[in-house]
Amino acid sequence: MSEITKSAVSELSRPLRKTLMPWIGFVILLLALPNIFSSNVGLYTMNLMGIFIIFALSYNMLLGQGGMLSFGHAVYFGLGGFMSVHFMNYIEDGLFVFPMYLVPIFGGIIGLVFAIIIGSFSTRRAGTVFAMISLGVGELMAASSLIFVAFFGGEEGVSGDRTTGPELAGIDFGKDIHIYYLIAAWVFVTVALMYLFSRTPAGRMANAVRDNAERAEFIGYSQRKVRFVSFCASGFFAGIAGGLFALNFEIVTEENLNALTSGVVLLMAYIGGVGFFIGPIVGAVVFTLLQSILSNYTDIWQLYVGILFVLTVMYVPQGLTGIIMMHTAAWRMKRLGILILPYLRIGIPALAMLAGIAAFLETVHHMRTAVEGETLMSLMGIEYDSHGIVTWIVILVLTFVGGYLTRTQLPQLREAWETANKPPASTKGAAS
Amino acid sequence: MKLKSTILIGAALAALSAFTAQAADTIKIAFIDPLSGPFAATGTSGYKQAQYAADVLVNQKGGVLGGQMFEIVGFDNKISPKESLVQLKRAIGEGIHYIMQGNSSGVANALTDAVKKHNDRNPDNLVLFLNYSAVDPALTNEKCNFWHFRFDANADIKMNALTDVIAANDQIKKVYIIGQDYSFGKAVAAAAVKYLGEKRSDIEIVGNELHPIGKVKDFTPYATKIRASEADAIITGNWGADMVGLAKAIGDAGIDAPVYTYYAANDGITKTIGAAGKDKIRLIHEGRVNPPPTEEYLAYHLGFKEKYPEADITQFRIANALAMLARAMNETNSTDPLKVAGALEGMEYTTIQGDKVVMRAEDHQLMQPISISVHTDENIVLDADNSGYGLVTEKTISAEDADIPPVGCAMERPSS
Amino acid sequence: MLELIFFSLLNGIVTGLLLFMLASGLTLIFSMMGVLNFAHASFYMLGAYFAYTVSMYLGFWVGLFVAPVLVGLMGAVVERYGLRYVHRWGHVAELIFTFGLAFLIEEIVQFVWGKDTKAYHEPEILQFPLFTFFGQNFPAYKAFMLLVSIAIFVVLLLILTRSRIGLIIQAAIHKPNMTAMLGHNVPLVFMGVFGVGCALAGLAGVIAGPALGTFPGMAVVLGSIVFVIVVIGGLGSLTGAFVASLLIGLLQTFAIALDYSVNDFLHLFNISFDADGALRDLWTLSLPQIAPILPYLLLILILIFRPTGLFGNRET
Repeated sequence: MSEITKSAVSELSRPLRKTLMPWIGFVILLLALPNIFSSNVGLYTMNLMGIFIIFALSYNMLLGQGGMLSFGHAVYFGLGGFMSVHFMNYIEDGLFVFPMYLVPIFGGIIGLVFAIIIGSFSTRRAGTVFAMISLGVGELMAASSLIFVAFFGGEEGVSGDRTTGPELAGIDFGKDIHIYYLIAAWVFVTVALMYLFSRTPAGRMANAVRDNAERAEFIGYSQRKVRFVSFCASGFFAGIAGGLFALNFEIVTEENLNALTSGVVLLMAYIGGVGFFIGPIVGAVVFTLLQSILSNYTDIWQLYVGILFVLTVMYVPQGLTGIIMMHTAAWRMKRLGILILPYLRIGIPALAMLAGIAAFLETVHHMRTAVEGETLMSLMGIEYDSHGIVTWIVILVLTFVGGYLTRTQLPQLREAWETANKPPASTKGAAS
Repeated sequence: MKLKSTILIGAALAALSAFTAQAADTIKIAFIDPLSGPFAATGTSGYKQAQYAADVLVNQKGGVLGGQMFEIVGFDNKISPKESLVQLKRAIGEGIHYIMQGNSSGVANALTDAVKKHNDRNPDNLVLFLNYSAVDPALTNEKCNFWHFRFDANADIKMNALTDVIAANDQIKKVYIIGQDYSFGKAVAAAAVKYLGEKRSDIEIVGNELHPIGKVKDFTPYATKIRASEADAIITGNWGADMVGLAKAIGDAGIDAPVYTYYAANDGITKTIGAAGKDKIRLIHEGRVNPPPTEEYLAYHLGFKEKYPEADITQFRIANALAMLARAMNETNSTDPLKVAGALEGMEYTTIQGDKVVMRAEDHQLMQPISISVHTDENIVLDADNSGYGLVTEKTISAEDADIPPVGCAMERPSS
Repeated sequence: MLELIFFSLLNGIVTGLLLFMLASGLTLIFSMMGVLNFAHASFYMLGAYFAYTVSMYLGFWVGLFVAPVLVGLMGAVVERYGLRYVHRWGHVAELIFTFGLAFLIEEIVQFVWGKDTKAYHEPEILQFPLFTFFGQNFPAYKAFMLLVSIAIFVVLLLILTRSRIGLIIQAAIHKPNMTAMLGHNVPLVFMGVFGVGCALAGLAGVIAGPALGTFPGMAVVLGSIVFVIVVIGGLGSLTGAFVASLLIGLLQTFAIALDYSVNDFLHLFNISFDADGALRDLWTLSLPQIAPILPYLLLILILIFRPTGLFGNRET
């Protein structure tokens, strides 16, 4: 215990500037973003991103930090959303006076309450039992939502209006840009809180229980209690994310708590990298971008997401963040420059191969779905005949020549990688 | 892997920054309906009809406002109210001011609400909602709103006509009502109970059942129950996959009672029912098919079949909606939704089927003749699902006779 | 009433046995590798789609045999090159892998076959009512489904309990290391069982496709209910899976047939409630409504109070 406190204290007593720098950068980024992407779609995407960042981070409190694989995390997100939208309606009806921008608190509270109830029996064990219980609870809630129409609104869900209630400095949050700043503020606060949680003894013990529950018990911690605390905190933050969802979309439906949403959050966290605090943030950003932008260009974007996910699980279990973090050693030793040329040399053929594969999928998809006789299709602004022989030659050449060249470039990349990461002679073994 | 993800992020970021309002040389109309999932067949069929109607009735006649063309843009809402709002935001983001939707009243309820909110908050960026098929009466009653126009007859109007037919049949003593568990299914059940009670109090309602929408894969248990209830007639508002499943189960179980429906035709349903439903299944609908009411309509229908041999014209009202929209734009010489909405209110229009229809200003419900047709393979000129079977109209009720006045519609009109 | 019970019983058994075909494979795989295969129902879907494509060219009966074999081969490939590779990252990664695979297979199916329901029909010679009881028909195809399911159950039971291969499989389930020491190729056994389990799921898809519809969502519809059966029945217990499958099948059909609500129950005691209160949904709850949640309630209760399941002897 005392050791942990000490490490936490030493954490704080580091030069303040260095600790605060990333957070100040975060604030500046949040404030600057809407000025760069000011279009409707840009704002919409960023709002969704903010909600998913909180949701994915809360999920990672379970999976990444606590080692609990949940298939039903959307329950807390959805219930938080429903509770918030009901409060929005109470405020609109004048049942009580409460500022709209604080409504997500209620979402968080209901998330917490349900996490306490469900966590009281589900956190007894980790592993498959926990996963199965979470799945069962998720399905149970999704099915109940169609039965208890008074609370869940049935198929139609529950709608609300965010512009009622006391205003904040004359802003009624009618416009998307207002809701962006609101979400940004909530994102900043909750991300900071979740980061701090991961630094508290409770957060550290969650890691310990994840890594070795038995040893954690030996030093006097009940693994069940440690898991329970993480579980409750996670439910609370998921509920806040749900509340923000309710504010942003002004409607909450059964889909917010069904298995699909639970799957999406797992996907986001995992693609981003569950081993890092910022992993789920990266995952949420990438997923939202894929969802809202890739879907403008192609009908089969979910196929790409599926492929990306399975490849991540198989070959890069540390996620996208893991890939970036692999470069920190080289970065510290100021050797990142060595890697630029090898990356370019492998990147260009690899890009060609990916373009070939994507073109193959898109062309096949077009041939299957287009109106009879229509063979002209356009991909990323290039128009061509999907049945033409030239098209297929180009696709095959791109894929196979690109693939072959990528293979030939692998050894030089490996060599460069080893050079860049070779520990300096003086501190041998330090960078292992 | 590493590169792939970097590339994806890079491409996505580049695309995000490239977002700008696209130049509007065409008038885009967002078609927000299920283009995937269990109701995809109904949604995509409507999408094709909208594209065809826009081409034939508007674009080939020179477009509107001296040459501007209609472009129908599909948005897949997966029949989910939440996803519909997401797609609405996307459509608005792309600078679209007109949206069409029809499948599921649950979705329409969410959309009409969202459109109203959007227009209240963004008076400089208005959106008009053309509802071509969501028939929950509430949409033009207590939930009526200035930005919503309905081109189909609502469930009450249809049930009023349907129960006239049932009431005239002395053989029917016991009725079984089955529907999907959401606003439309409930509205159908409520209207059936109400009008049957008024017209034939001796009819016993032996079953009034709601099942989850789009989730039942095997209707056999329901068919068993209907059979056990010894009903003489079945009333259902089911549509899409739920109608196919129900019809199949009723046929398999050998139930011989007449079935009165709203949507038991086309999109694979006619084919599934086939001979088993001959002279047994009746449909209440707008837009007659057999006998073809006018030469112009016959040519329109055949032209559609030529372009989409696998599809049918199932929702003639889509053509009416787009033609009336084009006329409203021409009349006001504007694409401003506020002016167009003003022109649509009270508009009288003669459809290519030769019917006079009126958009009632009070609640934005289109008043039109309603037909009752029977599923058969005799006297079929235009069949459905290329099955040889189709609908022959037995009776047409005039717009005035079928009409039900709105209840509780207090429409707020924009002040300007 | 008799008619209702009779047909509900028949329909329940048909559904239950269909579920068993999925559950039997899943429970064997689960107990052997400790991996909950989320993609199991996806192989069921693949079975239906393969059979649909084959039946277009060669007819239903060829599809009945070819499709399960194809699905089984795919399953074996997934085990050999997917699961075995992911195994190095640990248990959680394996679980997530199968989860991702389920997602990917659904997307691939949509890519290859499209998003709409496929017109995959039962063969002509089975399209007649087998018998009529109280004026209601029982389709011959349902009887065919029943027969196939029972045959599979019997064959599976005989192989597992009476044959040498069955002995090795049982040994590999309980003591994989010892079995390997005795000279058996345990990874090969794993691959074989995974493949056969997937083939069984594929067969279920082949015969269920015409009856329940062949569409991209068909895996999701059955997916989680099969987990419920496996856990309730007990891991590795075929008997348990069999009993649980029938239980869930009957539960689902009878709940629709018997239309009782809380209100009816309360009326027995002359209690009535305000129809507009916030708890109104509670008083009008009916059996058809709560039917979908009962299996999951059962699952949670079993996991809390008897993690070994009804017939199992191993914890999850």
